[in-house]
Amino acid sequence: MLRRRLNRLLNNDERRVDSRTIFVGHRSGSPNDAIIPAKFCDNRIVSSKYTVWNFLPKNLFEQFRRIANFYFLIIFLVQVIVDTPTSPVTSGLPLFFVITVTAIKQGYEDWLRHKADKEVNTYPVTVLEDGRRIRKESEKIKVGDVVEVEEDETFPCDLILLQSSREDATCFVTTASLDGESNHKSHYTVSDIERDLESLNATIECEQPQPDLYKFVGRMHIYKNDQEPVVRSLGPENLLLKGATLKNTQKIYGVAVYTGMETKMALNYQGKSQKRSAVEKSINAFLIVYLCILVSKALVCTTLKYVWQSKPGQDEPWYNQKTQREKDTNIYLKMFTDFLSFMVLFNFIIPVSMYVTVEMQKFLGSFFIAWDKDFYDPEIKEGALVNTSDLNEELGQVEYVFTDKTGTLTQNNMEFIECCIDGFQYKHRDGSAEMDGFCVPDGPVSKPQQKAGREKEELFLRALCLCHTVQVKESTDQNDDQIDGLVADGEVSLQDQRGFIASSPDEVALVKGAMRYGFTFLGLESKNMKIRNSNNDIEMYELLHVLNFDPVRRRMSVIVRAKSGETLLFCKGADSSIFPRVRQEEVERTRTHVERNATEGYRTLCVAFKYLSAEEYRQADEGLREARLALQEREEKLMAVYNQLETGMSLIGATAVEDRLQEEAAETMEALQGAGMKIWVLTGDKMETAKSTCYACRLFQRNTELLELTVRTLEDGGKRREERLHDLLNEYHKKTVQDAPPFKGGVTRSWSCASQDYGFIIDGATLSMVLNSSSESSSHCYKNLFLQICQNCTAVLCCRMAPLQKAQIVKMVKNSKGSPITLSIGDGANDVSMILEAHVGIGIKGKEGRQAVRNSDYAIPKLKHLKKLLLAHGHLYYVRIAHLVQYFFYKNLCFILPQFLYQFFCGYSQQPLYDAAYLTMYNICFTSMPILAYSLFEQHVPMEVLLDNATLYREIAKNAMLRWGPFLYWTVLGVFHGLVFFFGVRYLFTNPALQDNGQVFGNWSYGTIVFTILVFTVTLTLALDTRHWTWINHFVIWGSLAFYVFFSFFWGGIIWPFLSQQRLYFVFANMLSSVSAWLVIILLILVSLLPEILLMLFRKRRGPNARQPSECDLLQTSRLQL
Amino acid sequence: MVKEEQETANRPDNTAFTQQRLPAWQPMLSAGIVIPGFVLIGLAFIGIGVALFVTTRSIQVLELDYSGVEQSSPCFKCSDTSTKNCVCNMNFNLDKLFEGPVFFYYGLSNYFQNFRRYGVSKDLDQLSGNLDNFENPTDDCVPFQYDANKKPIVPCGAVANSIFNDTFKLYQIIGGTKKPVPLDGKGIAWWTDYNIKNRNPSVTPLKNAFNGTVQPSNWPKPAYELDPTDPANNGFINQDFLVWMRRAALPNFRKLYRRIAEEDYAQGLPAGNYSLEIAYNYPVLSFDGRKKVVLSNVSWMGGKNEFLGIAYLVIGSLCVVMSVVMLIVYAKFKFPDEE
Repeated sequence: MLRRRLNRLLNNDERRVDSRTIFVGHRSGSPNDAIIPAKFCDNRIVSSKYTVWNFLPKNLFEQFRRIANFYFLIIFLVQVIVDTPTSPVTSGLPLFFVITVTAIKQGYEDWLRHKADKEVNTYPVTVLEDGRRIRKESEKIKVGDVVEVEEDETFPCDLILLQSSREDATCFVTTASLDGESNHKSHYTVSDIERDLESLNATIECEQPQPDLYKFVGRMHIYKNDQEPVVRSLGPENLLLKGATLKNTQKIYGVAVYTGMETKMALNYQGKSQKRSAVEKSINAFLIVYLCILVSKALVCTTLKYVWQSKPGQDEPWYNQKTQREKDTNIYLKMFTDFLSFMVLFNFIIPVSMYVTVEMQKFLGSFFIAWDKDFYDPEIKEGALVNTSDLNEELGQVEYVFTDKTGTLTQNNMEFIECCIDGFQYKHRDGSAEMDGFCVPDGPVSKPQQKAGREKEELFLRALCLCHTVQVKESTDQNDDQIDGLVADGEVSLQDQRGFIASSPDEVALVKGAMRYGFTFLGLESKNMKIRNSNNDIEMYELLHVLNFDPVRRRMSVIVRAKSGETLLFCKGADSSIFPRVRQEEVERTRTHVERNATEGYRTLCVAFKYLSAEEYRQADEGLREARLALQEREEKLMAVYNQLETGMSLIGATAVEDRLQEEAAETMEALQGAGMKIWVLTGDKMETAKSTCYACRLFQRNTELLELTVRTLEDGGKRREERLHDLLNEYHKKTVQDAPPFKGGVTRSWSCASQDYGFIIDGATLSMVLNSSSESSSHCYKNLFLQICQNCTAVLCCRMAPLQKAQIVKMVKNSKGSPITLSIGDGANDVSMILEAHVGIGIKGKEGRQAVRNSDYAIPKLKHLKKLLLAHGHLYYVRIAHLVQYFFYKNLCFILPQFLYQFFCGYSQQPLYDAAYLTMYNICFTSMPILAYSLFEQHVPMEVLLDNATLYREIAKNAMLRWGPFLYWTVLGVFHGLVFFFGVRYLFTNPALQDNGQVFGNWSYGTIVFTILVFTVTLTLALDTRHWTWINHFVIWGSLAFYVFFSFFWGGIIWPFLSQQRLYFVFANMLSSVSAWLVIILLILVSLLPEILLMLFRKRRGPNARQPSECDLLQTSRLQL
Repeated sequence: MVKEEQETANRPDNTAFTQQRLPAWQPMLSAGIVIPGFVLIGLAFIGIGVALFVTTRSIQVLELDYSGVEQSSPCFKCSDTSTKNCVCNMNFNLDKLFEGPVFFYYGLSNYFQNFRRYGVSKDLDQLSGNLDNFENPTDDCVPFQYDANKKPIVPCGAVANSIFNDTFKLYQIIGGTKKPVPLDGKGIAWWTDYNIKNRNPSVTPLKNAFNGTVQPSNWPKPAYELDPTDPANNGFINQDFLVWMRRAALPNFRKLYRRIAEEDYAQGLPAGNYSLEIAYNYPVLSFDGRKKVVLSNVSWMGGKNEFLGIAYLVIGSLCVVMSVVMLIVYAKFKFPDEE
């Protein structure tokens, strides 16, 4: 986001001009103007990052920008420059391996991008030049070229539609590859363009490129022989975007306005900002600890070395004389190089391989989400989608869930339930639809058997039929493959099957609702809307204007002219936006219906209309045209005209559409609450509707006490709003926080052993009062109060929210004390902001397009999948990665500790204990696979159990396995093991004659024995922790040990020509020939494992049978830590 | 990437692997397994411990420090570095048979064979008989690479230069006369070191290979004359040389010098008086080191080492004790989670 904004800023800076002028077909506009050849970029798309020449330096630079890689590079350089104990190979080889693998991966990806670029750039296109059709490569298109595109081709650049082969001067496109919306959208040609494009003489003035796919403003000047130029406004409906595909239209002609990297698609091609998981932060914290350990070890050794050397005879015994150069070196320089040498010797404590393993674990692990067949939805034929694998473990840490309502909690599958006309209720009953206007009128209880006048009924139905932007699916090219989720077929009971396409499912539901009552929308033919009324007559209305829906107005209108010449405005929208704009005496009758419907969970819309006199219409028409032509602030101007028009209407009635709950929505919510997550519903919907949904989802129980903080409650008291807000906040705070029973468990108790549940409701207007209160100090105070109240409520409902407010709330909670992990889930474009804001963003592959999915970290087909995603996958991923991290630090601590201790026995001479091969291979080969397998397959508790017992999720809450406690445990274990390994062998070597032939063992035998014990212990420790032994675990654990033995034989069995020192030659085999060595290995392994076995026995068992008794204690302690 | 796969593959594979439902063994350490396990392990360890302890007790060891620090020591006169070719005698008495085969070790203390710079100061190519490295020893050998006249030192390096050069003769004193005890110097180094790792250059006579080189400054004689009695024990495959070149792990170490397993002494050293004649050459007092001679016999577990036996006994008993404690806890409280 920031980058995008920055880009825009830079763009603006570069060219001060806010708009560009394009000469269609490169013909000068008016005959006397010469073309000023403007410089635009060519139509080449470059998505690749590297070229052959800059790949190596650029890629290396990017890789070494990572702290870890840089650190290892430094170590490597020190090894090369300074005389160090280990050869540069030991750290160079792993680093080289990591760098190479990454470079190959990135190079391959870039090669693919190059290939894709080339394919796009050389795609043949047809361009009209001087009346001839010329085939060109796509990259050669220039701004101003007139391009021909045929059906099913994608547009090579952003085009203004000039001419379509369809008669109604429209064309259909799908933007599936841009925003994932697979429905057909119609785009319009610029009106008043002659058929002969050859003679077209026009210029286009439009804004500079910007990435918003749905915004475009421009103006076209058409010059006709010596007349004043005609000006036409251009909007997004005239713009065909690069990447979209032409459908249902044989061919079109368009003029290129944005090309290459300036197309909207290219401008949108930007990576999302990286989200970092809490585990990564823990890793970094641990790294710092280990870095401190490393530095202090090196410091201790350096200091002791010089203390030790100060004793006479120790510094330079006769058998180990120094070279002349050593004698000449400055003592401080020597100390420094000694320090560096120790650093190099101990640097293995921070392993390069941990990063690789963590990355691999995340990458491979994320496949299990995509593979899970439980996430597969047969309706949309898709499973889950993983957009980032960096956040897998974060799924196991979620504390706050922010969910959208429509399409997330509910299905967004609308069904027309009933309507209310002039205060009378009409309920639709299947099978009772009669041709005679309305079916059984099911009026309000007080006035049974009454109904509104026939005239009103018909007006209402006409309004439903006219006031929308629904398209009728063409029956001529009704191929099956074009039927997508948005197409809903009409009822069979009616004369013909009919499919409707609309951007909002509400509209389809309404049109179909009207169809049930006999009014059928037949389609739009050259600006005429055709409907068939209940008498089977065709009525025609000329569509004059559509006042589009937007979330701020929350309504839409159409202006039509009937055959009779009357001009009508039909408006439909949310009650809150309609009621103030109609005559007040009409409102009351309808309001009761609307409210009753809302509490039942239906979505209600009110329908109003007004007649426009000729004069009124003329004014409106003028105003609209003017606003549409505006290049700047078009939106604002349009809004003003809309608002002015949509006043003084008369209310006809209201509709109720049911949006059913998602499958298992209630169960899912219950499970999430059981798992200790706080659920906040953020919706743009009405409070009543949202509330009823919350009840239906069991977010609010019958006994939940609702605390409302809405505009209505604020107005109740009769005081000033601010004061009332203040009072209410304090009152609720007192209730929930101060008066809460002082049990130790705090709020956590209230999920399970509830005393009093609170639910909190706030609406957008009040929220903005809380957040942006007039005075600075009170704002801060309100915010705190609000947060505290919310934290003590089981569920929070925020209704009437604007998309940005959703993100605001998420941000507020995210930054609150303890920085809890947040998760946002939503399906629509209005949820994108909160999806991007939260730690984890989940998109639902719903009906409102794919924008949420594109911006999410994970996408799932249905809400019910969230339960498994968090409780099973998230939990397991967290446990896996936490164990992986702890284990990695542990195994390197006990790897390097003996080497450190050995310095005390070799005169601090930086003598390595282990051979270079062992030093290098330890983390790469001997101990890496078992932990990787563990971190991919471990299920310490079976998935079913995790799903059945949501409370298990709380055990790992608050990063439980990566806090300092467990870290300390592992560190102590590592130190203990290191001490056992070293001193065990040390005491064995008081007499180095360990063979029955009296021969003695040397230092490499010493190191090899320690190393053997180390490899076995470390692997067996992991084996002890493994609760889920698949054949893969068996294979890698026993395989690693076998490989170690095999490798040691092999490595020691041959005189390696490339080695200058055959240190390990036959050392391993000789070791195995000694009974004492065997005995000490067995003994020390067992000693090392004993504490772990004992602990395991006494530790609380996790599993199906082990949750009830100790759970509350656990929760209480975890709460106390907060 | 994943997205595309999803769209083409559509339905996820329903295999045990992808669904994370591979058949798995889910071991649970319960008291029912751990307690008997501990008892078994404990008993086994105690068994091994007893065997080790008994064995190590039966090993006879005789240590003689001959550094000559104390004035009473017969080698005190040699401790002054100025005396050359000093020989001292140490007498000792065995009151019972010292069972054979007896191994003759020399031991050094506070001697850091594991210094890093010291350790790398050798030329392996030279030691494997590469004549090129006779002329140009590796730089690792500095300052024992070339002598003052720029002649290459063979074998070069600090390790070879500092070879232990005290020699010993053992006599049994029978009725006032000294009967020499034969010391066998074969097979004291690793077989692989002698046969494979180190090679003399294939030049006969061996002496010619060393033309143009000098012996290490501390050596009394060149490498090709180390053992005049046995031509196969010269050069880089001299057993004493090999033993020395295999660096000790710790600053207090012993190295095998000879075996006593021949003639009258095949059964061991009979009780009686013995005299050890030491050619005292090797200076250790300058760095506060000590030298000693160790006579020891070995068992199946090697030389005398009480640590192993005691450790086994302690750990074994600990296991048994813990299993008893666990049993009591188990019987009293029942583990909360036990089914």
